[in-house]
Amino acid sequence: MEVFWYLIIALVLAIFFILDGYNFGVGIIHLFFAKTEKDKELITKSAGLFWDFNEVWLVAGGGMLFMAFPTFYASVFSGFYLPLIIVLWLIVFRAIGLEFRGQFNFQMWKDIWDTSFGVSSLLLALFFGIALGNVVRGVNLGGVENGISAYEPHYFFLPLWDSSFSPLSETPGIIDWFTIIIGLIAVLTLAIHGANWIILKTNSSINNQLKMVIFKLTILLAVLTIVSLLVWQLVNPNSLDNFIDKPYLIIFPLIYFSGLVGLFFIKRFKKEVYGFIASTLVIVGGITSSLASLFPVILPSTHDQNESLTIYNTSATEYGLSVALGWGIIGFVLVIVYIIVQKRLLSGKIDKMDYGH
Amino acid sequence: MEDMIFYDRLQFAFTITFHYIFPQLTMGLSLIIVYYKWRFLKTNIEKYNNAAKFLMKIFAVNFTMGVVTGIPMEFQFGTNWAKFSELTGGIIGQTLAMEGLFSFFLESAFLALFIFGEKLMGQTLHFLTGFFVFLGSWASGYLILATNAWMQHPVGYEILENGKYVLENFSALFSNPWLLPAFLHNQIASIVTSSFVVASIGAFYVLRNKNIEYGKLFLKTGIIFGLVSSVLVAVPTGDWNAKNVANYQPAAFAAMEGIFETEEAGAEIVLIGQPDMVQKKLDNKIAVPNILSFLTYQDWNRQIPGMDQFTEEELPDNIPALYYSYHIMVGLGTIFIGIMALSVFFLWRKKLFSTKPLLWAIMFLVPFPYIANLTGWYVAELGRQPYLVYGLLKTSEGISPTVSSGNTLFTLLGFVALYMLLGLLFLVLVGKTIHQGPTPQKH
Ligand code: HDD
Ligand code: HEM
Ligand code: HEM
Repeated sequence: MEVFWYLIIALVLAIFFILDGYNFGVGIIHLFFAKTEKDKELITKSAGLFWDFNEVWLVAGGGMLFMAFPTFYASVFSGFYLPLIIVLWLIVFRAIGLEFRGQFNFQMWKDIWDTSFGVSSLLLALFFGIALGNVVRGVNLGGVENGISAYEPHYFFLPLWDSSFSPLSETPGIIDWFTIIIGLIAVLTLAIHGANWIILKTNSSINNQLKMVIFKLTILLAVLTIVSLLVWQLVNPNSLDNFIDKPYLIIFPLIYFSGLVGLFFIKRFKKEVYGFIASTLVIVGGITSSLASLFPVILPSTHDQNESLTIYNTSATEYGLSVALGWGIIGFVLVIVYIIVQKRLLSGKIDKMDYGH
Repeated sequence: MEDMIFYDRLQFAFTITFHYIFPQLTMGLSLIIVYYKWRFLKTNIEKYNNAAKFLMKIFAVNFTMGVVTGIPMEFQFGTNWAKFSELTGGIIGQTLAMEGLFSFFLESAFLALFIFGEKLMGQTLHFLTGFFVFLGSWASGYLILATNAWMQHPVGYEILENGKYVLENFSALFSNPWLLPAFLHNQIASIVTSSFVVASIGAFYVLRNKNIEYGKLFLKTGIIFGLVSSVLVAVPTGDWNAKNVANYQPAAFAAMEGIFETEEAGAEIVLIGQPDMVQKKLDNKIAVPNILSFLTYQDWNRQIPGMDQFTEEELPDNIPALYYSYHIMVGLGTIFIGIMALSVFFLWRKKLFSTKPLLWAIMFLVPFPYIANLTGWYVAELGRQPYLVYGLLKTSEGISPTVSSGNTLFTLLGFVALYMLLGLLFLVLVGKTIHQGPTPQKH
């Protein structure tokens, strides 16, 4: 049952990153490449139409995490207190940037919200990557110093950074050079993903230029991926054990690399949707590979004194998990119905769509 | 330790207060929108459709604010109340996760359809999408109140050796005797808010001699919905809630009613008075004997325990705030019934639209249903103190063990700044929408 909910939550969060991920990416692209007002408007609209529906995946994923793994939820949310609250603030800025830009028709107003949308998207992508970096790196569970736990063994608290900025230091912070690399990977991936979305959803004048951008960013992404794999060995020497024990898990890194390779051919794709699929594979592969390398651990402990958090020692009871399965199935069926209804009624390129206002 | 709890509570109180400004309008307004769409379907008079679409614009701004202020609420359970989440997550996580899956998806999927899809769908489908938005927002209210009801009156749980509360009976969460009265009262209170808002927009248009047709429509709808809901919020639903509190949280009941001393036979109802916590009495009291016993138990002479029957430990920690909140809510509720009854009377005599003072009063009434709703929640939440889960888990035992008060103060200040900005933007945008009116010129 634990494994089942773990998979469901991973799936919901992956969907969040695929769907809202393109919005972050759209924000980043918009910040750097959109020049004319017409493009800017199209591009923000391509994100604005569905942001709240995409956001719901985060809310639902968070709720399910709370329900299924309460101890993990409590430990991680209080331990990463500051970055989480900052992420919340950024989410607010991004949302109001999108919603409010079109409300008044003068340039300064639009510029403010464009910048707010772009910068917060960029930072959000970076922070989500850093978060993933922290999870694979592990934390000082129990706040152990000189062999003594300062808190209960499953709690911790990380400052934003430690002056050495090193993952190998005694007391690493949230931001160190390892997590920054993962953060940059997230930014690149989502920027590529967003560019693909813009190409798919709009007829903006920069669509051709964006293909070139995707190509260049993919090169950077490939380089950083290799770097990160090497330093990951340094930070967490056991990172490959799971793949050696259970060779079938290799499928996840393969998904990642197939997407990455696909992106190199962006200019030759006949259908725009192929590019979007390729970047989706990169996102899915990246998240699943990281999780697979840890499984069943969900937050590694950086010392031997307190054991890592796993899906087994943080979960709710069997009874709770199984009743939730009952309503969960009904809920997911409904969600799928909504999506089908929505996509059927509102499909096509944004600029051809007739708005109600 | 003390200031850790203080900032955590202050941050929760501040962010939930701000959050609750928005859902209380959206939940009620969606009902009025569905009503207008339904009238349009029946009569085919364009006015109703325009009115519905106009209110939907106000709804959409509120909805956005509700979403962006709601996400921090969910996450705060983990960030600021980690111990509480760890211990009770197996239970309240159920209802919170259901809220995400059942109501938020419904609401946001169909809101996009309602706003963008009228031309693509035809009127019947458009009405239905509006109906689903309504359903989603009420389902959301229901599930969040189920969560809160469990905290007020825990049921269906079991306590493990390690102190964790685990679910023993899922359906008990929904047959909780606290839930239905609280849900009905809360939803009707949100209809009060939205009908007052609609009536106020109407009064504004009529007074300014602008969009008269819509002004009259909004006034009419607003005060009729307003009267019905104002009555229902007091009787029977307010009364049910009071009985629940008297039965399940007697200490909170004594404190909110301001009963310092137990009377031998029959408790009086306090109308006015200032609690004096040092001398343990009410100053400048005006009270009517025996009424409270009658209202609560239909028995003039039934004894109701006063605060003298409880130890310091059992009583809420901020009695004056609790007492005032309760009296403000009930006082406003009484005034609402009066003003709305008067307005409906004038409407019936066909004098409403020319009675300027009454229109001004309706227009400026807008903040008060918000105040009544928020103070109502303060009654519920302050009355629950010193417990986080009534009778079981103290508030002081629920906070995050590793987050220092310096960090909480920092984020609290951040939320205050951010929400001030949001509030300002919100007012500007709603003001603009109202100014443009239901039939904006194409630009
Ligand atoms: C327009 C708003 C409004 C108005 C006019 C009233 N209420 Fe109310 N009341 C609420 C809005 C509200 C609320 C915000 O919706 C609450 C908070 C929790 C809840 O379920 O509803 C609430 C809670 C609430 C509680 C529960 C407190 C607790 O849970 O500990 C009681 C006993 C009453 N109300 C009683 C009344 C009575 C007797 C009223 C008579 C006029 C009244 N309310 C008017
Ligand atoms: C929207 C309506 C609500 C309002 C206005 C509200 C208001 C408040 C206030 C004022 C406090 C601070 C209490 C104090 O300082 O003594 C508080 C605390 C709290 N409330 Fe609510 N509340 C609302 C709904 C809810 C709901 C639905 C839940 C649960 C799901 C909830 C859970 C809590 C928690 C966990 C605390 C912190 C602990 C405490 O101080 O009691 N609240 N709320
Ligand atoms: C601690 C308590 C609360 C939490 C954790 C919470 C959480 C949330 C979240 C995460 C959202 C955004 C949903 C989305 O993405 O669409 C939201 C919106 C909403 N909340 Fe709350 N909420 C709380 C209190 C309340 C209360 C007391 C009510 C009403 C009784 C309420 C009613 C709504 C509604 C109707 C929405 C939809 C948005 C809107 O219509 O404005 N919430 N809430």
